[in-house]
Amino acid sequence: MSTAYLLQKFARALLTIWIIVTFVFIILRLSGDPAMSILGPDAETETLEAFREAWGLNKPIWTQYLIYFGNIFQGDLGVSYLDGRDAIEVVAERIPKTASLMLATAVVTFVIGIPAGVYSALHRNTFIDRLTMTVSVMGFSAPNFFLGILLILLFSVSWRMLPTGGSETVWHYVLPVITMATAEAAVFARFTRSAMLDVLNQPYIRTAIAKGLPWNKAVREHALPNAAIPTVTITGFFVGTLIAGGVITENVFAWPGVGRLFVDSVANRDLAVVQVIIFLIAFSMVTTNLVIDLAYGWLDPRIRDLRAED
Amino acid sequence: MRVRRFFERYPPLVMIASLWLLAMIAIAILATQLAPYDYAKMDLYSRLQPPIWLEGGKWDHLFGTDDLGRDVLSRLIFSIRMSLLVAFLGTIIGAVFGTAVGFVAAHFRGWVDDFVMMCIDFQASLPFMIIALAVLAFFGNSLFLFIALMGIYGWERYARITRALALSASTHGYAVAVSTLGATPLRVYGRHILPNIASALIVNMTLNFPGTVLMETSLSFLGLGIQPPLTSLGNMLGFGRDYLTTAWWIAVLPGMTIFFATLAMSLLGDWVRDRLDPTLK
Repeated sequence: MSTAYLLQKFARALLTIWIIVTFVFIILRLSGDPAMSILGPDAETETLEAFREAWGLNKPIWTQYLIYFGNIFQGDLGVSYLDGRDAIEVVAERIPKTASLMLATAVVTFVIGIPAGVYSALHRNTFIDRLTMTVSVMGFSAPNFFLGILLILLFSVSWRMLPTGGSETVWHYVLPVITMATAEAAVFARFTRSAMLDVLNQPYIRTAIAKGLPWNKAVREHALPNAAIPTVTITGFFVGTLIAGGVITENVFAWPGVGRLFVDSVANRDLAVVQVIIFLIAFSMVTTNLVIDLAYGWLDPRIRDLRAED
Repeated sequence: MRVRRFFERYPPLVMIASLWLLAMIAIAILATQLAPYDYAKMDLYSRLQPPIWLEGGKWDHLFGTDDLGRDVLSRLIFSIRMSLLVAFLGTIIGAVFGTAVGFVAAHFRGWVDDFVMMCIDFQASLPFMIIALAVLAFFGNSLFLFIALMGIYGWERYARITRALALSASTHGYAVAVSTLGATPLRVYGRHILPNIASALIVNMTLNFPGTVLMETSLSFLGLGIQPPLTSLGNMLGFGRDYLTTAWWIAVLPGMTIFFATLAMSLLGDWVRDRLDPTLK
């Protein structure tokens, strides 16, 4: 893979992060006195003054901007006024719970969604195909908070099989993962199906069969790898919806993760924590998209070679 | 045979979906006439009363009451109006703003175009829920801000479509001709190019509408959207969550409404897209 391609993608990622940090800076300034916003309405005047000094709030706006960036690089993103500790610490301790939930959801999504889509494409217009597509339309139409509540009603309240909230045991993972994975798997199933159908209609598949290649081999060696490319694209969107869905699902199931912290901080206007979480999410998304772009280059030789020619 | 062909052109599921959506629109418009009670009217003697089909239900509150004795049916009706209204306003704001920005970007090119593309990229880089929550955190919550946010939810797609189509349209014969005859850019875009790209924009509006409804209901569910005393479908679900064990209808009925609405919109949208452009299938 050419270095030009790599550098271009890195530059894009950095630019996106810069835009997001600038956006947060702007809304922080626009929404009132940053000192009061970060330190909370009950802070004492000396603390406020000290903060204003440290952040250079009395200086021109460009200097403030540079100081803001400087603070971020030094890891000084403020203190959670509700909690008293560093905002970064407050967020960091919640990351493992959220990460484990997202990982579990991702595994379930890929294991169910992609094979379902591939199978449907290979057995087009059969009963299984129609069933899968109908179920998936219902799957991504159900808002995840409603699905979560329904599942709680059925499995926790009526049948008492699973816990309603919290995250201690493996059983606690079942309902939240089902809630999040349903919509995602449905989208993947539909998308993989149409990607496979597109590929299967290509002339080169017909040529391969005409040359005598068995159907199974044609699917495995030609159709699947080519269908993988668009599927990788929606993995990028998937991470975004996973994060957004996670915010809501954690709320429904009282999951002690970053998503729930985010909503609580927004409700209480604990802006230091809100800032940290936004940066965390931005960083995660940019990194994921970068990895996907690089995966693209690796998967699709045409992109690789095209870039190399430049 | 003719019946069969009719059902192939207009599948029954899509017809049911359309009827449901029309019913919801009718409910939204006629809310004040249809609702048996005011949505905020409390009747503390009848709090947590079950709906009519359960034991303990009475005819005076068909869908039961909530924890403050407010009639669930009336609240449901007004919530439908609120959610649809907010989504509708948001879609219009997004469409108008996005289309205008798209035209500006296409017309001026240069750094204006770059700036617009940067804004579009920014919005695509974070899930909108996160952006919305950030704005709500910093600026607090007001109905006006919330509707503006719903508008911002979709603007970038309109901007992208308009920009791309305007760029290509400006090279077409009719645009060059009219402009040579002395038409101002505003006239060229407004009276000539816009009607030609309108169908793409309208398709996008139908794609965006369910997303806007879901965004509003999600934020209201979290308690950060429509605030009481106003009622919305998400809002009812959020408050009903605390009573899941004792009065599940408070949460489940609005939830089913949201589910059927988004399902209907998906089915209808799919069908419309299939009819307009079968190659997309």
